[in-house]
Amino acid sequence: MAIEGADLVKAAGFLGAGLAMGLGAIGPGVGEGMAAAKACEAIGKNPKEAGLLTRTMLVGQAVSESTGIYSLVIALLLLFVV
Amino acid sequence: MDFDLQSWITIAAFAGGGLCMGLGAIGAAIGEGFTASQASTAISRNPSLSGDILKSMLMGQAIAESASIFALVVAMLLLFSNFSADTWLMVYVLISSGLCMGFGAIGAGVGAGFPAGAACKGLAHQPAAGSRLTTNMLIGSAVCQTPAIFALVTAFILLFTDFTGRPVSPTWAAIIGAGLASGLGAIGAGIGSGLAAESGCEGIARQPEAVSPVTNVMLLGQAVTQTTAIYGLLVSFILIFKIVPATEALAPAMALLGAGICMGLGAIGPGIGEGLTARDAVRWIARKEKAIADITRVMLVGQAVSESTGIYALVVALVLIFVV
Repeated sequence: MAIEGADLVKAAGFLGAGLAMGLGAIGPGVGEGMAAAKACEAIGKNPKEAGLLTRTMLVGQAVSESTGIYSLVIALLLLFVV
Repeated sequence: MDFDLQSWITIAAFAGGGLCMGLGAIGAAIGEGFTASQASTAISRNPSLSGDILKSMLMGQAIAESASIFALVVAMLLLFSNFSADTWLMVYVLISSGLCMGFGAIGAGVGAGFPAGAACKGLAHQPAAGSRLTTNMLIGSAVCQTPAIFALVTAFILLFTDFTGRPVSPTWAAIIGAGLASGLGAIGAGIGSGLAAESGCEGIARQPEAVSPVTNVMLLGQAVTQTTAIYGLLVSFILIFKIVPATEALAPAMALLGAGICMGLGAIGPGIGEGLTARDAVRWIARKEKAIADITRVMLVGQAVSESTGIYALVVALVLIFVV
């Protein structure tokens, strides 16, 4: 079985895309969960501020999500562009 | 050194069995150790209840053990069945099913230890709530086992599907990918469900009359936590049953292997994160039952956002399987 250069490059791109998105999903998943956990705790302590706390949680999670989106972008670049 | 197909199949069965039991022993040992540590703390606080706490500890540990027993069953099957086949794919099937069950047992073992530990501790604080605590512990740790059962199902389907006639390349990569998607994907959901169940037991010990909202929200949180493990199972099934055209090129094989690794790893983070969210939500519902509506809503919103990266992983896996 002779493996050609172009085939090898494509194969590495596919495997790399899988690794990028797979590993990249771990951090945001855990981090956003922590943010949501503390938001639940804070609403338990102070239910009146539920609206403000939900907003803060969502902004924090959006920032934490960014690395997951970087991974998605890199995975799609590896799949379709490179 | 040239081996024939039968030798390679035997080699793969032994390697797969070893990996299966080796990886599968990690989780249960950690979970049961945690339970024992909590039981010891509980007995030191309330030595008069040592009998009840010991009973509760052993019951919880027995459930935490079940994921490892699944791994033992698969390992025994790999070691003592005489696999013979006329296709090289059998070699990959044996390794993959071992890896699948081995990884798949880690999360459930660690996770089931948490509610058992919390039940022991709760018993020392609130002996009167003993039966409610035990019921909640049993429900919570049973849900923790589901990802391990997904991995067991995938391992069995891999072992008993007839792959004769399927092209060796690239089907070998789909087989390894299927095992990894289900196996790695079970880790997060198992640990996360355990975290949710831990605070369920803790909450019932603190507020025995809040048992029904606590158990309900605990089950809701655990159900959301399981979703990424279900994505893993879905990707495994697609990889096993999709017929791919024969090709000698490396790229299509790596796309299938990449899809499995992507979904497997990608399910770990959201599973743990959603479990952390459910844990704090359940804990605070037990303390402040009046805020149940607000807390449940924020829990679900937070879990949905945490799920998003798992969904990205699913999308990339499906693109790798169906598009490129």
